[in-house]
Amino acid sequence: MLRHAGCLSSARGALWSVYFKTLLRVPDHQTGRRRSSTMSRAALPVLSVVPSRALVDEAFRVAVQNLPPSSPVTLHSLHRSEDEDLWEAFGHYVSDSRGTVSVAEDFSFGGTYTGKEAMGLLWSMSPVPGSRKGLRLRKKNVCVPQLVNISVYGGHVEEGFGERVPLASTLTERWHMGPGVRRVEIREKGVRGTLFIPPGPGPFPGMLDMWGGGGGLLEYRAALLASRGYASLALEYFGADELKTADKELNYFETAFNIVSGHPQVIPDRVGIFGLSLGSLMAIYLAAESSVIEPRCCVCVSGCHHYPRGKNLQALIENLFGNSKLRVDEHNREIWRDMFLPIPEDLSEKLDVGRINCPMLLVNGCDDQNGPTVECAEDMAHMMRAAGKEHLLTRIEYPDAGHLIEPPYSPHAKATKFIKNGRREAVIVLWGGQTKPHADAQEDSWSKILAFLQEHLYSTQNPKAKM
Amino acid sequence: MDGKRCGAKLSVQPSRGLMDEKFTVLVQNVLPGFQLTVGAFHKCEGGYGWEAFAHYTANATGTVNVSEDPSLGGTYSGVEPMGLMWSLRPVPGSKSGLRMRKMDVQTPMVVMISVYQGHLTGGFVDQLPLAGVAVERWYMAPGVRRIPITEGGLTATLFLPSGPGPFPALLDLWGGGGKLVEYRAALLASHGFAALALDYLTPQITRETGKMVDNDYFETAYRVLEQHPQIIGSRIAMLGLSFGTSLTLRMAVYSQVMKLRCAVCISGSHVQPIGGSLQQIMSYFKDNAGKARVNEEEQVIWRDLLLPIPTDPSLKVDVGRLRCPLLVVVGEDDQNWPADESAMDMKAMMQRAGNDHLLTVLSYPNAGHLIEPPFTPFARASVFKTMGKAPQTFMALWGGEVVAHSVAQEDAWRKTLSFLRQNLYGGSHPGAETSSHLHPASC
Repeated sequence: MLRHAGCLSSARGALWSVYFKTLLRVPDHQTGRRRSSTMSRAALPVLSVVPSRALVDEAFRVAVQNLPPSSPVTLHSLHRSEDEDLWEAFGHYVSDSRGTVSVAEDFSFGGTYTGKEAMGLLWSMSPVPGSRKGLRLRKKNVCVPQLVNISVYGGHVEEGFGERVPLASTLTERWHMGPGVRRVEIREKGVRGTLFIPPGPGPFPGMLDMWGGGGGLLEYRAALLASRGYASLALEYFGADELKTADKELNYFETAFNIVSGHPQVIPDRVGIFGLSLGSLMAIYLAAESSVIEPRCCVCVSGCHHYPRGKNLQALIENLFGNSKLRVDEHNREIWRDMFLPIPEDLSEKLDVGRINCPMLLVNGCDDQNGPTVECAEDMAHMMRAAGKEHLLTRIEYPDAGHLIEPPYSPHAKATKFIKNGRREAVIVLWGGQTKPHADAQEDSWSKILAFLQEHLYSTQNPKAKM
Repeated sequence: MDGKRCGAKLSVQPSRGLMDEKFTVLVQNVLPGFQLTVGAFHKCEGGYGWEAFAHYTANATGTVNVSEDPSLGGTYSGVEPMGLMWSLRPVPGSKSGLRMRKMDVQTPMVVMISVYQGHLTGGFVDQLPLAGVAVERWYMAPGVRRIPITEGGLTATLFLPSGPGPFPALLDLWGGGGKLVEYRAALLASHGFAALALDYLTPQITRETGKMVDNDYFETAYRVLEQHPQIIGSRIAMLGLSFGTSLTLRMAVYSQVMKLRCAVCISGSHVQPIGGSLQQIMSYFKDNAGKARVNEEEQVIWRDLLLPIPTDPSLKVDVGRLRCPLLVVVGEDDQNWPADESAMDMKAMMQRAGNDHLLTVLSYPNAGHLIEPPFTPFARASVFKTMGKAPQTFMALWGGEVVAHSVAQEDAWRKTLSFLRQNLYGGSHPGAETSSHLHPASC
């Protein structure tokens, strides 16, 4: 039995200790065998992951050297989430004549991904067999990294990785927060959120970052945006007591926006809004309806512009429950998209996007089962064209991508548990998408989003000059 | 707000790297032809400030890429991807003779990289940069474990690589300054070699009894490695710098207990009274202390203490008896040890004995004594404190010229890792019959 000896004072050391003891057990008889005389003559495989510490949107290079030539091996990734679930991915490779496997360059012949996929060991991860159902991988504590163990096994292994001894294994860290990024909890003027400020003197462009109807306070995208140069406020807005009337809602978001733009390290006229799902709706709401704030630009991922006037968010969501257009598929997973169809013609049922005055980037998946986001984007384009604002709109639509378009290399959340009805009911919601196209969409959309933000929030050119 | 101030975008990739990894510093979004200064700033564990800087001019796309564009002046010039690290020097007004050494390897070295408008040569503290990022430089890769070792009376730290192992290992020895210095061992573990940083001049046992350790101390260290369940007992090497070389050669040739797979000797010599104790080696140096010279800057040169290389065989490790591959690293401007002359004499001895096929000498013009892991800031001289009952403190001249020395550090490290990989991870044991045994796949 492997002993973990000695003192590891850091939290990361403790995490590795847990991994090491529980995940990589070396049965005694195999340890003994490994120390036989053949060890003194054989070449030892060398596994490398470069960089070993990276931001979650950075690619890594996984390579194995010193294998026998033309040798089948399996590259495997393993992660224990904050909720204590195990996630894994694997690819089947054959070493070349020099005994080398390079994941970035070589072909995976099987496993959870195939083909030439440098980052397949991350994006194709799914819960290990026997796990709880409907899991979604979302980092809660962004001050410490995600630890992923990468291993290489002899042969083409399909299952039972936990019982096997790898040829080599190494730990890699995936961070949402770059060095020097500051995390500030915001509890001010009734607004609840977390502000992430990039390192350096500033001032910086800012961002209001909003997730969807699942509620809560998710910090990871705001932390990543700050690592990319944008002072970002992850806003908790759903389920809060303040949001009882439509009026107060707008006020809550405007106050949040002003907390960002008024921050001493933020450039007041360079604050954008980033939303996903319900968060996109709020972004469009602010861009179209607010007379108090002016976002410099908006990124709307998987959003719709339905908004019955006079109703608040809570009522909006409640309207979806018991809705006759709610479907379930053969696995009893809820499909919500039809509840939003057809797109209303009536302006009292949707936001007046013709009033928007800033650049908008709409990112959607064509296989979105949660909302008819592509149809909405089409309708929004139509409305903006009629108002002479079409030049402000950029639409990107990814075939076979689903609703939850997350930062790159995140596992594909195709159908996950969703808690509704004031936490009285947990259902599995189908988000849609096929894993490989969805992963490609996450990677491509992120670089396009960053380029869009760079152009509108960092560029020295005044975008209004283009109008 | 000033649009230009908001413009400059600075990124360093990777933002968290190992100490021996290169990074790319990219400045974007400034005007074409814009003159700027990139600066690096670090506060070391001793509390001293260090800085490096370089002047650049943005190209037609408003970009500066430090890895590709030439520095027009500063603490380095020309195209130097890592100049911001190796040209770090104490800020003006600092006390003299500083040397940067990280003692706590469990935390990263944090360097602030900043961009300033114009070609500045100083006064960075009073300037507001256009942008700044924090960069972490680590000696320990994720998953590397640090284990203090006190068994057998040792004062040592074992670093185990990430993964279940078992791993090849090495004994890591520094020189006459003593103390338990861990950073190179930590970095070697980050490259897959279990490494034992060994304090052999100021260990607990010497501090308590006043007596120096002897050969058996090193043999104990070897045994600790050999018996460790995560170390492959047949794949143990030894690496020494400066006085550490003396011990490495002594043990490699004369120890009955230590069966080294290979050895690395940096900036050292084979000259020593053989067959005696460690204390006797120290006494030999002391007897020759009169040969020390002092230059106009009052820096002490020790290289002559062991010159001329003796012809008396009792004063040199008989390297003709070596049975394992040996890598010798020499800075030709070494002012502290006659590493160059020693390497030449070792080569001649091995040629006469017929085992010179085991020897590789890396000799670097204008490199000094302290051939450290890559990108370690260069110190041509620094404060040195001797061991023993009446310790003296003086300015030791190590030698070397900053650019050539930094190139040497990078090249020597790469070749050292390659040498270790070949001998500790590679296939057949050199000198033994070749074997095509495959690694026993335990699945």
